[in-house]
Amino acid sequence: MSQTQNVLSMKGITRSFPGVIALEGVDFALRKGEIHALMGENGAGKSTLIKVLTGVEQPDSGTIELDGQLVQVRSPQHSHSLGISAVYQEVNLCTNISVAENIMLGHEPRRFGSIDWRKMNALARQALTKLDIDIDVTQPLGNYSLAIQQMVAITRSLEISNARILILDEPTSSLDVNESKQLFDVMMKLKDAGIGIVFITHFLDQVYRVADRITVLRNGKLVGTYDVSSLPRIDLVAKMLGRSFTDLDAMSKVKSQGQQAQGTTRVVEAKGLGLKGSLEPIDVSIEAGEVVGIAGLLGSGRTELANLLFGIDAPDSGSLTIKGQAVSRFSPSESLQHGIALCPEDRKAEGIVADLTIRENIILALQARYGWFKFLDTSTQYKIAQEYIELLGIVTPSADQLIKNLSGGNQQKVILARWLVTHPQLLILDEPTRGIDVGAKAEIQKLVLQLAAEGKSIVFISSELEEVLRISHRIIVMRDHKKAAEYSGDANDQVIMHAMAGEV
Amino acid sequence: MAQRIRLLVRNYGPLLTRILIFILAYAIGGWMYPKMQRPQVFLNLFINNGSLLLVSIGMTFVILTGGIDLSVGGVLALTTTASAYLLLHGMSPWLVMPLMLVMGTLLGFVMGCIIQFLKVQPFIVTLMGLFFARGMAYLISLVSITIKDSVYKSLALTAIPVPLGGDEYVYLPTLVAPLMLVVAIYLSFFTRFGRTLYAIGNNEQSALLMGLAVTRTKILAYCFSGFCSALAGIVFGISLLAGYGQFAAGMELDAIASVVMGGTLLTGGAGNVIGSLFGVLINGTIVSILQFNGTLSSWWTRIGVGVLTLLFIGIQSLFYARRKQH
Amino acid sequence: MKNSLFKRIRESALFWPITALAIILLYDAIFVPGFFKIGILDGHLYGNLIDVINDGAPLMLVAIGMTLVIATGGVDLSVGAVIAISASIGAVLINPAFGNALISNDILTKDATNTALPIIILADLAAGTLCGLWNGFLVSRAKIQPMVATLILMVAGRGIAQLFTNGQIMTIYYTPYFYFGNGFILGLPVSIFIVATVFLLAWIGVHKTSIGLFIASVGLNSKSSYYSGINEKNIKLLAYTFCGFCGSIAGLILSSYVHSADANNIGLYYELDAILSVVIGGTLMSGGRFSLFASVIGALIIWTFTITMYTIGIPANALLAAKAVLVLLVILLYSDYTRRSLSKFFKLKGTRHGATN
Repeated sequence: MSQTQNVLSMKGITRSFPGVIALEGVDFALRKGEIHALMGENGAGKSTLIKVLTGVEQPDSGTIELDGQLVQVRSPQHSHSLGISAVYQEVNLCTNISVAENIMLGHEPRRFGSIDWRKMNALARQALTKLDIDIDVTQPLGNYSLAIQQMVAITRSLEISNARILILDEPTSSLDVNESKQLFDVMMKLKDAGIGIVFITHFLDQVYRVADRITVLRNGKLVGTYDVSSLPRIDLVAKMLGRSFTDLDAMSKVKSQGQQAQGTTRVVEAKGLGLKGSLEPIDVSIEAGEVVGIAGLLGSGRTELANLLFGIDAPDSGSLTIKGQAVSRFSPSESLQHGIALCPEDRKAEGIVADLTIRENIILALQARYGWFKFLDTSTQYKIAQEYIELLGIVTPSADQLIKNLSGGNQQKVILARWLVTHPQLLILDEPTRGIDVGAKAEIQKLVLQLAAEGKSIVFISSELEEVLRISHRIIVMRDHKKAAEYSGDANDQVIMHAMAGEV
Repeated sequence: MAQRIRLLVRNYGPLLTRILIFILAYAIGGWMYPKMQRPQVFLNLFINNGSLLLVSIGMTFVILTGGIDLSVGGVLALTTTASAYLLLHGMSPWLVMPLMLVMGTLLGFVMGCIIQFLKVQPFIVTLMGLFFARGMAYLISLVSITIKDSVYKSLALTAIPVPLGGDEYVYLPTLVAPLMLVVAIYLSFFTRFGRTLYAIGNNEQSALLMGLAVTRTKILAYCFSGFCSALAGIVFGISLLAGYGQFAAGMELDAIASVVMGGTLLTGGAGNVIGSLFGVLINGTIVSILQFNGTLSSWWTRIGVGVLTLLFIGIQSLFYARRKQH
Repeated sequence: MKNSLFKRIRESALFWPITALAIILLYDAIFVPGFFKIGILDGHLYGNLIDVINDGAPLMLVAIGMTLVIATGGVDLSVGAVIAISASIGAVLINPAFGNALISNDILTKDATNTALPIIILADLAAGTLCGLWNGFLVSRAKIQPMVATLILMVAGRGIAQLFTNGQIMTIYYTPYFYFGNGFILGLPVSIFIVATVFLLAWIGVHKTSIGLFIASVGLNSKSSYYSGINEKNIKLLAYTFCGFCGSIAGLILSSYVHSADANNIGLYYELDAILSVVIGGTLMSGGRFSLFASVIGALIIWTFTITMYTIGIPANALLAAKAVLVLLVILLYSDYTRRSLSKFFKLKGTRHGATN
């Protein structure tokens, strides 16, 4: 009986590539009018499953049934005609044309061969109203916030495919609290209309807020499908990690040991440091051997703080002192001279230089500090690269591999190596474990504590509260572009979450 | 209300700026040289810059997709030479003209295909197109060929009176460019083709994912540019009653400068043919002012255009830089 | 063992350019009798190959400069204008004839100069370097797109050059000036020694300092490079300045070769040929890894091709069309499609053009 309620039923889906089995015998079922969360760490197989569903990839074996009928999804266009639509994290629309065009272009109403603008605008407005969205459809899409753009993307995909299934791939990654709520309202509306929604996310809160069921994948295999109401968070995390909690506890022990080794040298002193439109004036002080965790929701100002400390942005108020020396010029190269390092949030755009080798990526910052003429000769470069490949356990056949051929976790390690080589006094890590598998995550966290034990100062920014709590000696909570609160590393996670949400 | 004005400025600011600057330039010219106030001078802008306008219109479409077409001057020259040659050997002008348009479109089509399917940079491919077209022109004839055909002659010499109060006039070929402009405006704003052009220039990946006919549209853009260049060649050939491989040397740069001055971004996705019109008009105004001055030689035009382009780009980058901060 | 050597050669950045050059030379060897004949005249070598080197020297120079600019992800369209400016300054300093002052023919055609030769050279180089600096500033500080920024000088530059020459084509009669384009050292043209010197300078700068790495890094990912502490603005500034510098030397050689400075036509289309040389050499127009030597070979390919055309008697009017065919072949050879098919044929794996220069 439950079979007929399934709008989608995928059984035994297997897909492998040379050298890796992306999916192995995975079952996935979606009911009408349900929000079904698809979860798993990186490399679990979520994106491959979606690619199979949207016709981008063909499964090696397994079946797909839509409303009880066996289908073969041949291509993305075909998936549209079958009523499957997908919206991804990068809003795949064009910001220079109007909202109406973004919704209707490709099937716009025409009159005597030319576009009927009035009708198109009216139809677009109608489609948006169905989702309780009321905006001026004649304005270019770029005039609107990312959240609105996302909803326009959803509207488009619903419009052109007469959808019965909507796939949302990490839709809230770039949205703030209010925007996420807007999105959830839309999702609820669609759910009421009978559309089955596949919700891919790593935000546990959101899953527990809107999802009806959860499917967990790990290493290409199905772990299980559960009702949200009968799966406590802890169990969910455990299933995703495939680990018990003793490993994670072990780390807190390391941390508390490190706490004793703290010295009293003040390494960083920021007084009233701020930048209009980016960060309210903030006071931050960091001692040697300290790990300061920065907690806060997306958009709370964490990266802005990191960018000011590292000199990517120049502040318009306040002062910054590094080891007693006042910083007068703000730029990454200046900060490098002061002994500050930043591992940026966006690995791809701000971190790696994709077509350079691992060796070149590793020595890049060190060479930058030395300048144009003090040149590290090639043999020295290789020596350094080899040293850090071994130290961080970077998986690669040689230092001459192009960094773009590495997995995300290994790329992150290379970037980390780049900054460690400069022996910084202050190491700022912005989301260093994002998109990395659990094993690599643990390694990086251990490394951070190790560095602190050696007397370095670390600023650790992460969206994962557990991480921050696990390794920080002190935690600063950011909210709405200012420092909301400061706690010791032993603080209760509830207290911190309240501070993040603004309910101190 | 303030919101409305802000939106208007945001969406139409660049174009309005161009129009303003043109009016300003023209006004300054008219103030400095009273003779420039005659209405005929304004009409002369269109008479003298018809080819440049046509080429710029085609160029705009290509640049909107984020590409570029360096072959326009060459295709123009080839058109004049081929036309002159064919006319000399007795082919009817009514056959020659459509044939030239087909040729131009075909050249654009070939370049577009190489760009799209072999994934080669437009810069290199259209550079090859330039060499090829001009090379072909030289192959046909190293020296200039005079056009003696009667139809061409009458088109060149028959003045059409314009009712502006005096004895102002234009020629029939003068009307071609403004007509093409209207067609281009229609294509840009009222057809899926035009809107797809903008989409591609903004984010080609998104356009693909949105299911738009990206490949077809990009190739069509180059076809359109080739068509415009050939059309410009016809107009040019009529105006000078000659065909010569050395014609329009450097016109691709003038076109690019006009298009950029007109507000179209080289990265694609922003700008329109109306702006390009004003880019050409501003260019033409500078030339007129210099002609009226009489003492400064033509190479001051080059400097003048260079300086103006610089000014425009400066304003433009300020405009867009401020927008990014929002 | 042999397999890996062959593979290394094939994957090296120089493989395709040298192959292309070899193909043209092979064609010459088979179909053009006497192409490779080198004789001795007046104590120096002469022949087609010598022509290639001498005529190609200016192009090789600007190709070297252009390589660095393209490697940073930019382009310099003003090279021809810089050549014109530099040539004009040279001609004018030899014989200042500003304004409409009446100057007797005697004075104009005298084999003498009003400015010492070293000063002329310095002024030339300074002018070109200044132009490069100007371009560099527009691109790195004013953040104007390279194509647009250099377009401005390309358009205005010849006008500036004509300012110097007062719109006239200036013929040069000062014989020591002819040395750069026409002189010989050890039997070989002077120009090639100039090219070699500049090449050496560039090579040392690129390989023995971190500049080469930084240029490639900036071209590949400007943001990441900035975040790593690289002063990407100054790298770009350096690249454009050096390109202007190369352009000025090219202008010197060219005007010396033809004994004149024609602000309108000297160096015409040189920027396009330079870009072509760099692309033939394998550097991507999007920026990144580059090879100076490959670009020089690219320039040689263009000139060998041109001289071959002249030698086999292809009429001047067909030369441009022939060049178009050359570009077409290059395009086809370098297209992804061809590369992939050849990869499948040779079973290449891993990095493409992976060797660092």
